[in-house]
Amino acid sequence: MIYADNAATTKMSRSAINAMLSCMENFWGNPSSLYDFGQKAAENLNRAREIIANCIGANSSEIYFTSGGSEADNQALISAAAIGEKHGKRHIISTAFEHHAILHTLKKLERKGFEIELLDVHEDGIISPQQVGEAIREDTCLVTVMFANNEIGTVQPIEEIGKICRAKKVLFHTDAVQAAGHLPINVQTQNIDMLSISAHKFHGAKGTGILYARKGIPLTNLIEGGAQEKGKRAGTENLPAVMAMATALKDACDNMTDNNAKILALREKLIDGLAKIPHSTLNGDRNNRLPGNVSFCFEGIEGESLLLLLDDKGICASSGSACTSGSLDPSHVLLAIGRPHEIAHGSLRLTIDENNTAEEIDCIIKSVGEVVEYLRSISPLWKDKISGKREFILS
Amino acid sequence: MALYSQKVMDHFRHPRNVGSIENADGIGEVGNGKCGDIMRMYLKIDNDIISDVKFETFGCGSAIASSSMATEMIKGKPLAEVMKLTNKAVTEALDGLPTHKLHCSVLAEEAIRAAVQDYCSKNNLEYNF
Repeated sequence: MIYADNAATTKMSRSAINAMLSCMENFWGNPSSLYDFGQKAAENLNRAREIIANCIGANSSEIYFTSGGSEADNQALISAAAIGEKHGKRHIISTAFEHHAILHTLKKLERKGFEIELLDVHEDGIISPQQVGEAIREDTCLVTVMFANNEIGTVQPIEEIGKICRAKKVLFHTDAVQAAGHLPINVQTQNIDMLSISAHKFHGAKGTGILYARKGIPLTNLIEGGAQEKGKRAGTENLPAVMAMATALKDACDNMTDNNAKILALREKLIDGLAKIPHSTLNGDRNNRLPGNVSFCFEGIEGESLLLLLDDKGICASSGSACTSGSLDPSHVLLAIGRPHEIAHGSLRLTIDENNTAEEIDCIIKSVGEVVEYLRSISPLWKDKISGKREFILS
Repeated sequence: MALYSQKVMDHFRHPRNVGSIENADGIGEVGNGKCGDIMRMYLKIDNDIISDVKFETFGCGSAIASSSMATEMIKGKPLAEVMKLTNKAVTEALDGLPTHKLHCSVLAEEAIRAAVQDYCSKNNLEYNF
C-alpha cells in the first residue's frame, strides 16, 4: 500500500504509541484525584501542556485540550462571538475556503444574528493581508483565516494578517490543523490570538487536539461539567492521547527541517511528473504550499473513479469531487479558487509525508497517468474535446 | 462495509460494452459536466431488437457500473422490453447502490430512453413507449 492521504490522517509514530501505552500502563489515574497516583497523572498532563506550549511559542496556561480540531474551531469562534456581542460587535471575517468546522460554525452564528463576511480567494489559493485590512470594520469582532488549506495546501500570510488584526484590535483566530507539526508556528511573533490543532495530522492519536487562547481571552464552554481545563472544557482528560500528542508534536517540530527537506524533494518530483499529463493543472500556488500537498485537476474525468482505480493499484488518495463529498457540488475550496464545476469534479489530492519514498512517487506518477488515460478513453466529455466538439478548459 | 457491492465494483472495474458504435441507429446522451455525470448510449437496432449497444460515461464508479449493467440488460432484447427497463431494476441487478448514488441508475435508464427516442425520430417512427 502507498499511503498518500496524510491530510486526512497520519499513521501514529512509534514514539507517540509508546507514550500512549506508557500512560495507559503507568499513569492511568484521574488527574483530578487528590491522592498521589492521581497527581502523577496531573503532572504528566501539565508536562504535556508545557511541551505543546513550547512548540508554538505559547504559555502552558494558554493551552486547552479538546477532542480535536473541529471542537477547537467551534469553541474559538463561539467564544470570540460571545466577546464581540458583549461590546455590540457582530461582524466576523473569514474566507470562502475554510474547513467546514469553521464554515458551519459561522453559519450557526449567522442564524444568531452575526454578519459573516467570507473573503474571496485568489486563484493562487492565497488571501492577502490587504483584503483582511479592507474588510475590518468598527464592529468586527473576529477574523478567522486558516493557516494552510486542507485541500490545496496553500499557506496564508498569517503573521501579516495577525499584525493588521492586532493594530485594529480585532481578535484573530487561525485553524492550524494542517500546518501544526509541518510549518513553524509561533503565536507571539505571528500575532495569533487563538489557534486550533489536531493531533492526528502529525502522527498523534485521533480524537485529541488543542485550542490555544491568548491569556485574557475568556472562553465559552461547549461542554459543561467538571472543572477540567480551568473550567472551560469539562470531561476527564484523555491523558494517553494527550501525551501521545505532546510527543508527536515535539518530534515533528524537532525534525521539521530535515523532514521538510525530504518531503519537498518528493513533492516537486510528484508535481513535475503529474504536470506532464496533458490538460491538467496544479491547484494552488506552486511554492507557497504545505510541503506534502499536491492537488491536481484532470480534465474530462471524475475524481471518484480515479480514486477507486488508484485504490485497486494500492494507492490511498483523496478527491474534491461531488461523489466523494456526498453532496452534488464539488469541493467548495476548488470552486472558491475559480475552478469550474466540471474541472473541480476531476480533482486529486495526494498528501505525502517523510515516510514516502522516491519509488512510491514514481509508482504514483505512473499509476495516475494510466488511470487518467483509461478514464478519458471511456469519457464522452473527453471524446468531444479531442474531436473539437467541446472546448478544452485546461491547456 | 465497502461503499459499493461486489457487483458494482466488478462492472466498474470491467465495464461491459464500453466504447462507441459507428453509424449507430440511435444515440442518447444525458447528464452534464457541471453535475459530474455524462452518459452516452449507442444502439444498433435490427428488426426492433437491440443487436448491439455501447456506452461512454464520464462519472463516478456507480455511474460507470450502472451504464455497464444497463447495456447488459438490454442487449438482444426487443425495444418494447427495453423501454420497460427501470432504474430500480438496474439498481437491483447491481445488488443495490448507496442512496446518494441512486441517480446514477436513473441516468442509465434515461440514456437508453434518449437513444431509443433518437432512433425513432431518425426513422420517423412514433415514439410511443
